[in-house]
Amino acid sequence: MSEYVVLSAILFTIGCVGVLTRRNALVVFMCVELMLNACNLAFVAFAKQHGNLDGQITAFFVMVVAAAEVVIGLAIIMTIFRTRRSASVDDASLLKY
Amino acid sequence: MIEFTKPSVEYFELWPLLVVFGAACLGVVVEAFVPRALRYASQVGLALAGLVAALVGVVLVARDVQTYDDGAARGILAVGGTIAVDGPSLFIWGLVLALAIGGILLFAERHLDGGSSAFAGQASAVPGTDAETAAVAARREHTEVYPLMMFAVFGMMLFPAANDLLTMFVGLEVLSLPLYLLSGLARRRRLLSQEAALKYFLLGAFSSGFFLYGAALLYGYAGSMDFAAINEAVRNDVGSSSLLLIGTGLLSVGLLFKVGAVPFQAWTPDVYQGAPTPVTAFMAAGTKVAAFGAIMRLFYVALGADRWSWQPMMWIIAILSMFVGAALAITQSDIKRLLAYSSVAHTGFILTGVLGLQASDQLAVGEITSVQAVLFYLTTYGFATLGAFAVVSLVRDAGGETTAIDRWAGLGKESPVVAAVFAFFLLAMAGIPLTSGFVGKLAVFSVALAAGAWPVVVAAVLASIVAAYLYIKVIKVMYFDEPVGDGPSVAYPSVLTATTIAVGAAVTLVLGVLPGPVLDLAAVAGEFIR
Repeated sequence: MSEYVVLSAILFTIGCVGVLTRRNALVVFMCVELMLNACNLAFVAFAKQHGNLDGQITAFFVMVVAAAEVVIGLAIIMTIFRTRRSASVDDASLLKY
Repeated sequence: MIEFTKPSVEYFELWPLLVVFGAACLGVVVEAFVPRALRYASQVGLALAGLVAALVGVVLVARDVQTYDDGAARGILAVGGTIAVDGPSLFIWGLVLALAIGGILLFAERHLDGGSSAFAGQASAVPGTDAETAAVAARREHTEVYPLMMFAVFGMMLFPAANDLLTMFVGLEVLSLPLYLLSGLARRRRLLSQEAALKYFLLGAFSSGFFLYGAALLYGYAGSMDFAAINEAVRNDVGSSSLLLIGTGLLSVGLLFKVGAVPFQAWTPDVYQGAPTPVTAFMAAGTKVAAFGAIMRLFYVALGADRWSWQPMMWIIAILSMFVGAALAITQSDIKRLLAYSSVAHTGFILTGVLGLQASDQLAVGEITSVQAVLFYLTTYGFATLGAFAVVSLVRDAGGETTAIDRWAGLGKESPVVAAVFAFFLLAMAGIPLTSGFVGKLAVFSVALAAGAWPVVVAAVLASIVAAYLYIKVIKVMYFDEPVGDGPSVAYPSVLTATTIAVGAAVTLVLGVLPGPVLDLAAVAGEFIR
């Protein structure tokens, strides 16, 4: 089982590094989704290890929450793209200090 | 084959949750079917009715709760053990609902900005285009904000009452997602508002990823999502302790992000400044109350036996939050950003109270539990914040709200009442005697001292002095500085905002002069169900 957990940790780290380094809001958001999917993999792997269904059920809940998050996230990124003609997180820099 | 047992739903105890959720769903239907002209009145009425009905429900349930399992806690575990309706839950529910009623009144305010609310006429219209001008001319407004806020209130009630990691995650998301949208709906300065929404959303989603991975690791450690089972696993020291430690750390990232503790405070000033002021008022007060409820439940109930692992981390975060928050607040030139950094400092003070982990049977006579102290502090902080941001929405110039602090010079002459009320809220946040902030600070400091966290208390007292300088600096600007140009003007509010400010000020005064009843109420709330 530990291979799957290690794989999920690697995916989570890739997502995490992606959020911190990528500049396009959409790509940042995709990296967040990758982190959530890494969590799902860990949940399912641990569910198999412990022999109960809690983890697998959680994976379904996470998918639903992630779908809701996509709706909200794309709406916000769309409005900011239409206003600024750019989805770069560096351009949105009016709020500081 | 794993047996499936149908969970029983305790409708009476869950009535407050269900009625808020029902009102939110009904609000969506109203938005779809009621003609535009009637929507404002029906949405405001529906939201207020739902909140008041839920508040009555909280009182009825609280009168009726029984001792749980012969322990020190009172309440029940509902829906198959996923939601704990216990004393602290009920206290937080009541507090969140009271703050939400104030929030709805601020949302519904239409007097300040020439007959329209603080929200964009049509959020999808690009700023500066004909579509936006047309929406403004047609006096459109987004009445969707009321159901969105009700969903957020539902999340704020579910989050601290969740008794397993999955429910807590769902509560966290239901509380956050509507707030991301609400932050981006300001009528004026829309670019700032949209940028605040983007930042809040990306960072919030990032932090909930951490929370979820922490939940996965803790599940891997304990083999269950349930707090009681995790507590059992920690006590018996089963499984790999590295899973437990990393899991605890990742969960803390998600939770401490929500309360804006250093080093996860970066979003706070931007979102507080960019979001429409009524949203900031509601979010600043409500999110903090709900998230601290969840922090206490997770760390006391699930991870209480492992406190020697997480307490040093909390010590450092509490000290950092107080000093960084107070120091950065001094450098701010915008009143909303200043209040945001001050909320970071308050997060540190509340964490000081969280550190005083003690069961009620270990207490000497006259001492209070840390749950009691934190709940009391949250009450004082919630009402002072709601009132302070409500006052911020009154000070305006031609371009809408004027939040630059140097534009507030001479406010004391322009409007003595507004300046005095704002000064009173600032003094309460500074913790001057005869205001609620003093009693709150005394309560959290004394529980931390009783638990032996004296270095944190010394740091907290020093940070309070730094913070006091900051609040008094704003008071000096309002009363003693010469106004720049025309000086600020104060919009005359309708009864809605006036009520919120009056209630905030009254609670702040009464809790300072006569804190006994609310402290007793927090004591009656007792402990978490374990």
